[in-house]
Amino acid sequence: MTATRIGLLVASVVMVTVPLWVPGDYYISVCSQILIYAIFALSVDVLLGYAGLVSLGHAGLFGLASYTVAVCLGAGLGHVTAIVTAIGLTLAGTAVFAALSLRTTGIGFIMITLALGQIAWGLAYRWVSITNGDNGLSVAHRPAPFGIPLDAPSHFYYATAVVFVLAVIATWIFVHSPFGASLKGTRDQPRRMTALGYHVWLIRFYACLFSGFLAAVAGILFVYYTEFVSPPTVSLTSSAEPVLMVISGGSGTLFGPIVGAILIEIVKNVASAYITRWNMMLGAIFVAIVMFMPDGLVPGTIRLVRRLLKFRRKESPAAAIEPTSSGPVP
Amino acid sequence: MSIWGVLAINSITFGGLLFLLSAGFSLIFGLMRIPNLTHGSLFMLGGYVGASMVLAYDLPFWLAALIAAVAMAVFGGLIERFLLRRLSGSLLAQVLVTLGIAFIVADFCLMVWSGDPISVRTPSALVGGTRIAGLFFPTYRIAIIVIAVVVAAILWALLDRTRLGAMIRAGVDDPQMARVVGIRVSRLFTIVFCLGAALAGFGGFMGAPILTVYPGLDFDMLPLALVVVILGGVGSLLGSLVGSIAIGFIYNFGLVVVPELAYFVLFLPMVVVLVVRPQGLFGKQAP
Amino acid sequence: MTALSIHKLEKSFGGLRVTRGVDLVVAPGERRLVIGPNGAGKTTLFNLVTGELRPDAGSVSLFDRELTRLPSRRRAHLGLSRTYQIITLFPKDTLLRNVTLSLLGLSRLRWNPLLRLDRQHSLAAQAEAALSRVGLGHLAHRPLAETSYGERRRVEIAMALAQNPRVLLLDEPFAGLSVDERRDVKTLLFAIPRDVTIVMIEHDMDIALDFAERITVMHFGEVVVEGTRAEVVADPRTKEIYLGE
Repeated sequence: MTATRIGLLVASVVMVTVPLWVPGDYYISVCSQILIYAIFALSVDVLLGYAGLVSLGHAGLFGLASYTVAVCLGAGLGHVTAIVTAIGLTLAGTAVFAALSLRTTGIGFIMITLALGQIAWGLAYRWVSITNGDNGLSVAHRPAPFGIPLDAPSHFYYATAVVFVLAVIATWIFVHSPFGASLKGTRDQPRRMTALGYHVWLIRFYACLFSGFLAAVAGILFVYYTEFVSPPTVSLTSSAEPVLMVISGGSGTLFGPIVGAILIEIVKNVASAYITRWNMMLGAIFVAIVMFMPDGLVPGTIRLVRRLLKFRRKESPAAAIEPTSSGPVP
Repeated sequence: MSIWGVLAINSITFGGLLFLLSAGFSLIFGLMRIPNLTHGSLFMLGGYVGASMVLAYDLPFWLAALIAAVAMAVFGGLIERFLLRRLSGSLLAQVLVTLGIAFIVADFCLMVWSGDPISVRTPSALVGGTRIAGLFFPTYRIAIIVIAVVVAAILWALLDRTRLGAMIRAGVDDPQMARVVGIRVSRLFTIVFCLGAALAGFGGFMGAPILTVYPGLDFDMLPLALVVVILGGVGSLLGSLVGSIAIGFIYNFGLVVVPELAYFVLFLPMVVVLVVRPQGLFGKQAP
Repeated sequence: MTALSIHKLEKSFGGLRVTRGVDLVVAPGERRLVIGPNGAGKTTLFNLVTGELRPDAGSVSLFDRELTRLPSRRRAHLGLSRTYQIITLFPKDTLLRNVTLSLLGLSRLRWNPLLRLDRQHSLAAQAEAALSRVGLGHLAHRPLAETSYGERRRVEIAMALAQNPRVLLLDEPFAGLSVDERRDVKTLLFAIPRDVTIVMIEHDMDIALDFAERITVMHFGEVVVEGTRAEVVADPRTKEIYLGE
């Protein structure tokens, strides 16, 4: 049993039993929130960590899904229709978003995604006839898949957890696939990849679509969670948070964004009890992490653990007769 | 005066304010390759600081404007010297740091000045209207346009005629070469950042009588600076001026003609530029 | 039919004309050497052939198939491979993964988001074979960052050969190698079968002359001398260009 498998097992047990040991409905809801943001962080990491593209406009896609669900439900459509429409519309939006943003990479990509995110915010804020502007839109009730109502926090939590696990599995498959390897290649050496026969733009485009899909899933869960959506959901702050989660947890890994989401959400919820200035804290954490811990927590911890394990290995007598890895012994 | 005339004047005025904001942004981006996400915050903070000088300490308008500019220059200098310079290897890290600082400043302003928009009265010398060519224009708005043009001229003279300007232009064109030739690039960065910050802060206070200063002003203005730079070209003073006025028009007319889609209309030129000429914006400097 | 045909190729950067009306014809199976002082435009020529640079005028054909309009990524699929002067491999990955990426580039599999790459055994076997071909089979699972410079040069070649190219462009394959490493790479190159046409840029005259059948000498972006090895070596213009060499 490798360390990873043990870790996974523990995490699964913890996750499945949350409603049993978490004290009270409020905190169970927070756990749902954590999982929702973890999915959102994963969507940002697909681009940031695996494609090398930093998006500061992902809240636009997230919010698009949330608003679509709210608008559909408000128009009297059923939950399934609302969800399917939200995913479809967000994917279409992602296609446009990607087609524009992928005109450049690097800093250019950051700037364009920021601008696009702001357009989305501007629409949410001013297109009052559809979005109800600053007042936001309410969602009357949550869906009841297979007849099970999700109004109770613990029920909603389980539904969210199921979706979360599926999202993680999907991302895991994506990342370990040939396409995932192609994507990572375009991150590291785009020129070479082109010379090797890869269609770098199209690879990035598809990655954006997958990322948009995950953002849509998170957005849909979000609007059912809060039963409300308003322009702040689509703000620059909302786009910056998942970036912070990915960077603090460690980009280019699967668990980094998840750990980052847990960390940031816990700090946010704890902080808001004592400090009303969440944005300032967010900013300060951003600055601190970028300056002092650019790698993120997960890679840093892995390195630390590896070093500790190597240290312990050296201590044991078995290590003395272990062959070194540098080729056959003369 | 017809509504379109008023709108036109307002547009040019807004363009003037936007120029004060984007000229610095464009220079910083051109020289340091950093899209300074704190720039909108500097605009807003300058507005708040200047407003406080007038409202709390009863200082004259122009003194407050100067203080706003200097305060932002100092703040900008500190940011550049102690944070950005330390991250000089990684553009992404620098951009993220400027974003983090923007959030800190936003909340700080909320803490100190609370959520209500703060208005500053037009300086008494510029109250009322002026008659030019038989038409009646609000004096203050004309003044802003004049100031923007004067600042543009000064900046142009700085860039074109002084040694500092030559170094800046060299740095924008080719930073490696500039270093080789002996230009102290890191000190240049600090100077340009301070200059940009001062302009932004000054612009924020100049805009206070018209736009007021309110929470959210920072992120309202930042994307506009972005669009101006994309339209006008990075590091180009003329581009910033023309782009600012263009955006001023599009924004103001958009708000009146299609209020619900105003933001969308605003970014449309940017989208067009991106579709038609993407290399043009970032082609010269590799992103 | 020629393997590679370059006709009146032109390229300027601003005012600087880096490629001046270059004509080059390489026969199938030939071993062509391109030499010239630094700045002669040799690597630029390669970049124009692979499509990484767009020519201002002229044409490039591969086995009579016009390449000039084709985007760079399509040319690999037509049998064109190259190595780079500066090693641009994937440092975070193992040697096996590096070569696998090269193999994937031409395979439909590269678009598949569902299969597990690690479980593609035939692909892995091909990659290991490609590494063995350059004598690096035993280091397949070594991260690239932990290999020597000479080993990385060989990985570059393995990457290019793995795509079974019809025309192979080698950009200074011997640069920075020790005597032993040079000998290994030389053996490698000589072992490449004749169904691969090779065009090589090189500065190391001893090895290069050994290898070349025909030589093209470039200077200031144009072809100055061209012919068999003997012809070029004897030509006074060659000596002129390489004053003191």
